[in-house]
Amino acid sequence: MKHSVRIVLFSTLSVTLASAAQGQFSAAPAPLSATTVPAAQLIQANDLPPLLAQNDSAKVPFVIQVGSRVFFEQAHIRGSVYAGPTSQPAGLALLEKAVSGLAKERFIILYCGCCPWNRCPNVGPAFKHLHDLGYTNVKVLYMANNFGDDWVAKGYPTEK
Amino acid sequence: MRGFLICCGLVVVLTAGAVPAQAPDPLLHKPTPEFVRTDLEDHPIDLADYRGKVVLLTFWATWCAPCRIEMPHFIRWQNQYGPQGLQIIGVSMDDDAAPVAAFTRKHRVNYPILIGDAPLAELYGGVLGLPVTFLIDRNGNIAARYKGETGLGAMERKIQSLLRAPGQ
Repeated sequence: MKHSVRIVLFSTLSVTLASAAQGQFSAAPAPLSATTVPAAQLIQANDLPPLLAQNDSAKVPFVIQVGSRVFFEQAHIRGSVYAGPTSQPAGLALLEKAVSGLAKERFIILYCGCCPWNRCPNVGPAFKHLHDLGYTNVKVLYMANNFGDDWVAKGYPTEK
Repeated sequence: MRGFLICCGLVVVLTAGAVPAQAPDPLLHKPTPEFVRTDLEDHPIDLADYRGKVVLLTFWATWCAPCRIEMPHFIRWQNQYGPQGLQIIGVSMDDDAAPVAAFTRKHRVNYPILIGDAPLAELYGGVLGLPVTFLIDRNGNIAARYKGETGLGAMERKIQSLLRAPGQ
């Protein structure tokens, strides 16, 4: 075996082992990335306050925070409810309970904001679960960085 | 040229989640808010007891991917810099202690872990995104805050610098 080939094989093996060691830590409990939510089902932060302010309560979306309860207790979107974290089975069960009395066509908005969008482990599983349960009008609030920076700091309607 | 562009793209992708603190941070260079809590092993943790040490206080959660990337580094730093005066304290933002205890046992986390709550988070300016990490100097002042996915090299250099500085 040529020396250069050995070096390539050794390097590949080293990278693989390092990745595996890192993976023991970084492998989350099988979450679906937020990036699996179709773009058409996303809603931007500046589009939500007018929807929340509508006079016709039937048209106001049912907003659910699917991340951390400690986050929710600090601040949440005005009128929203907590059901999470949906990266875990117990959180999905809470979500199912939260929507159990709603019509399948009810307008539902999910949000988390725990982490940068491409790292959020909660909104992907929540969206898929509601889709699997037959809810047809579900959108996910896009937050590039986190709830603090993308909602609270921008002055959107918040309550504790 | 193509390789250069690919490298640039990779750098952009890898750093996309990093959120440097841009607005003036009201906690920086001020005495750290003090608290007393109990860790997962039922030991009392009084932040005031760590005066004279450099403290890395990190808010995290078991389901937070960037936090899980940081943790092996924190474990290594606790081993490497602990004898020089570094103490890492983790505050979990998980809803329940059970998965946190299982996680820290599995990964042999070598520093105390507390279960966070809203009052504690609010003491530190509100924790509405993870991870958030504070470095506290030997005099008990907040020397740095890191939000989101942060350059761990820069954080380590800051720790080394704080460890070299004598306390008063």
